[in-house]
Amino acid sequence: MKPLNKILWRDLWHLRGQVLAAALVVACGVMSQVSMRSAYLSLQNAQTSYYKDYRFAEVFAHLKRAPESLAEQIRALPGVAQVRTRVVADVTLDVPGLAEPASGRLVAIPERQTAVINDLYLRRGRYIEAAHPDEVLVSEVFAQANKLDVGARLGAILNGRWRELTVVGIALSPEYIYEVGQGMIFPDNKRFGVLWMGRDALASAFNMQGAFNDVSLTLTRGAEEADVIARLDQLLLRYGGLSAYGRPDQLSNRFLTDELGEIEISATYIPAIFLGVAVFLIYIVLSRLVVMQRTQIGLLKAFGYSNLSVGLHYLKFALTIVLAGLLPGTLFGLYLGGKVNNIYRDYFHFPALPLVISPEVITWAVLLSLLAACAGAIAAVRRVSALAPAEAMRPEAPANYRAGLMEKSGAVRWLSASVRMILRNLSRKPWKALLSVLGIGLAVGLMMVARFMLDSVDHMMMVQFDLVQRDDITVLMHDPRPAGAIYDIRQLPGVLNAEPFRAVPVRLKHGHRSKQIEVIGLSPDSGMRQIVDVKLRPIALPPDGLLLTKKLARVLGVTSGDTLTLEVLDGQRQVREMTIAGLSDEFIGMGAYMDAAALARLLREVNMISGAWLHIDPAFAEPLYARLKRMPAVSGVVVRGAMIRSVQEIVDSAFNLISTIEMLLSTILIGGMVYNSVRIALSERGNELASLRVLGFTQREVVVLLLGEQALLTLCALPVGLLIGYGICAALVPAFDRELFRLPLVFSTQTFIYPVITTLIAAFFTALLVARRLNNLDLIAVLKTRE
Amino acid sequence: MNKQAQTQSAAQTDNDQNVAEVKLASAGSVCHVHDVSKIYRMGEVEVHALRNITVDLYQGEFAVLLGASGSGKSTLLNILGGLDRPTSGEVFYRDHDLTRADENGLTRFRREHVGFVFQFYNLIPSLTALENVALVTEIAEQPLDPVEALELVGLGNRCDHFPSQLSGGEQQRVAIARAVAKRPDVLLCDEPTGALDYATGKIVLEVLARVNRELGTITAVITHNAAIAGMADRVIRISSGEIIEVRRNEVKVALSEISW
Repeated sequence: MKPLNKILWRDLWHLRGQVLAAALVVACGVMSQVSMRSAYLSLQNAQTSYYKDYRFAEVFAHLKRAPESLAEQIRALPGVAQVRTRVVADVTLDVPGLAEPASGRLVAIPERQTAVINDLYLRRGRYIEAAHPDEVLVSEVFAQANKLDVGARLGAILNGRWRELTVVGIALSPEYIYEVGQGMIFPDNKRFGVLWMGRDALASAFNMQGAFNDVSLTLTRGAEEADVIARLDQLLLRYGGLSAYGRPDQLSNRFLTDELGEIEISATYIPAIFLGVAVFLIYIVLSRLVVMQRTQIGLLKAFGYSNLSVGLHYLKFALTIVLAGLLPGTLFGLYLGGKVNNIYRDYFHFPALPLVISPEVITWAVLLSLLAACAGAIAAVRRVSALAPAEAMRPEAPANYRAGLMEKSGAVRWLSASVRMILRNLSRKPWKALLSVLGIGLAVGLMMVARFMLDSVDHMMMVQFDLVQRDDITVLMHDPRPAGAIYDIRQLPGVLNAEPFRAVPVRLKHGHRSKQIEVIGLSPDSGMRQIVDVKLRPIALPPDGLLLTKKLARVLGVTSGDTLTLEVLDGQRQVREMTIAGLSDEFIGMGAYMDAAALARLLREVNMISGAWLHIDPAFAEPLYARLKRMPAVSGVVVRGAMIRSVQEIVDSAFNLISTIEMLLSTILIGGMVYNSVRIALSERGNELASLRVLGFTQREVVVLLLGEQALLTLCALPVGLLIGYGICAALVPAFDRELFRLPLVFSTQTFIYPVITTLIAAFFTALLVARRLNNLDLIAVLKTRE
Repeated sequence: MNKQAQTQSAAQTDNDQNVAEVKLASAGSVCHVHDVSKIYRMGEVEVHALRNITVDLYQGEFAVLLGASGSGKSTLLNILGGLDRPTSGEVFYRDHDLTRADENGLTRFRREHVGFVFQFYNLIPSLTALENVALVTEIAEQPLDPVEALELVGLGNRCDHFPSQLSGGEQQRVAIARAVAKRPDVLLCDEPTGALDYATGKIVLEVLARVNRELGTITAVITHNAAIAGMADRVIRISSGEIIEVRRNEVKVALSEISW
């Protein structure tokens, strides 16, 4: 081994604690990068190949009813490649073992299996047989959640008639990678599922023979999606068509794409934080090493080693740190990527979601961390080459302190000697102090972000389910019914109160922007649905005009007082100019509210209802559910409590892993920062402290002097970290400002307290680890040595 | 001092007899080193730094411990100052048995009774001259006023200077001021002029002589510079871990007449 390399190994061994601390931070950076990038690629690859292999459609449309012959016209539209018409119906299901009625979406499939758009992947069992019209395929998650296997039977009300369906296969579809019902953001796989049934069987059940109510298309290469959508809308207008939409607005695809966007953000800023801190740690360790080895550097240069070879020697030191972090970081990153992938498997359902181990991802991780090593090393070693050999062999001049602001202002009088020492040390190297504060602050911030997500979802749920939706159960009807239906509902067992509502699909247009939503008409003195403003204060429903959710107003580019065009997508398709009477704030979905009376006037109808909100006596829930399951008019039932529980479960399980990882990462970050800072302080001031011990200072007094500086930095880092955390959260909020849901910028007290306490504990124990070394201070050597 | 006595009383009960004898034998002595040996283990080699040394420091005296490098004089100073424990033998400071004191006991001993002056000053770079002195007076019971201490070493006008703004000699004088400011009973100086040039070295010695004269502090100076011996009350020569000569200067040479 070359002598320089021997020196390198010995230095590394001598400084192993600090090397390890820096390597751990590098490992965390690499780990977060590799894990998140791998998860990202896995999801993206699975999406791409699933969409391609199973011919995921590019344009989708729903309509009332059109004759099958229309399919030919659609196929003839310029830009359209393939067309698949279907019958799709939402039904109420009676699932064995589930008290509440579940909602099912019945989707028609060809009686004989052929390659179609939005094709199915059959996981288990077999395809349906034409001879058995009651056979269905069931989506895998719904089957899993309800423990349904091949051969299971479940009840359903098909167009008013109770039928028993037999599960013959378990399947997946690219349309339902994220399987949620309309208007929901978290999956409730127990209570919502997709079922596939033979086209003929489904059509005859719903009187749709020779007709369809759903169409999906693929496009030819180079076709303009918007043009096709416009033409398709035109064509479907007569047939009760709702607006057609492209993949970006397809619910499942939307969620998946949004999620990919989120991982990409996290996969950028989290590794960046760690690598940034790693650069800093390498810099401070090497800077100190260079100072301590000043004489050695002079000697090497005097012997004829070039600046380059001396510089490279220290660069190797930095590279070793990075390499030490790279391997475990990569391996653990892949392991964690697998774990994250497992979580995604719970949300996104692919035939297979294998972890993609990409050489490119690993290469990037290697390159970026090597770059970090170089950045840290070059900053620290710059001075080496500037040092003339003779000068390098002389000891460095004593640390320079001059009277500063503190002395001139006279404030110094009030401070004890130890505080003065601490403050002067800090003010001598303000950049280092600043970076230390920043490093620990980032760890604090990181912990805050994880907690913030939880707070935000909690708040979102609180607003939606405590303030806005105050019913216990929402009952949805197949078609609008005369208002008298509410009396039937009120007669059901356990119903304490029932309030009707009218929901109607409309298209809102303002300038070139348009959005298809549902307008909900409700009673102005509704006790079941409360409309709130930004400050969560209830707003009164205006007697005329529309009340829009804030997000919808933003999407349409309108505000209170503006006028827009409302086009009813049902019945007589009235088109009216409407004034926006006010804005409400909700975090889930987008919608509009109207006074039920005003909506009825608009629709030129008398007292029709689309559903009802109920308050129920929990003691009678079971009989009520049993009745609802068998009511032909009911297309779906949403049980608030069950939905809240299901969301809570999902949030908890995902949050547990994320918070554990975040906690681990932040603790390593804090530990690494504190350990290296204190070790370097000890190295720089060991002589000073030993002198004080000789002069009669106790162990404890000396510990205070050593750790005081770090304690002060850590304390400063706490508010800075909370600010950083707040900043990151505030920056993330716009990224989560979606049509489907918005993350409110809210924090619970714990979100501030938890990172603070974790930081203090981590810093305290790390500092203690170093402080033990004060026992080994050589009091005798200090009498003879000069720093 | 009472606390000190209490903590050590247990250890001392067994040895009361012994102690009394030692006291009798060394009347007038403040520091008493009796039959002390110190063996360092350096890897597989045993180094006998001190061999059966017996020596006393008396009230108010200025002693010079003279010896070549490696003679064991620093080891002796460390043992006298409570920085190190002998391998065998006994060390007493008045009635405190330093051989049996624990780490806390030794720290308290240094804090209350000993002033140290290092070869390389060892001032705290982040504190001004005055603050360096004040650092020690803060933990002392009846200290000098820090300014007074600096005036004593002729640096009354340099109070607000940081170490980096002072010359080597000035830094050493600050170190002396720091050492004497707590009114120690013993001032131990390890090669105090070792890092200084001739002229500055003499100024520092003058300061030490003045402190000894004006405050009556027992002053023990370690040096390999034989010329300094002339200014001492007593000269203790050490070689190879043994005391080879203890000489009392009947007439102290004035510092101005000393040169090297």
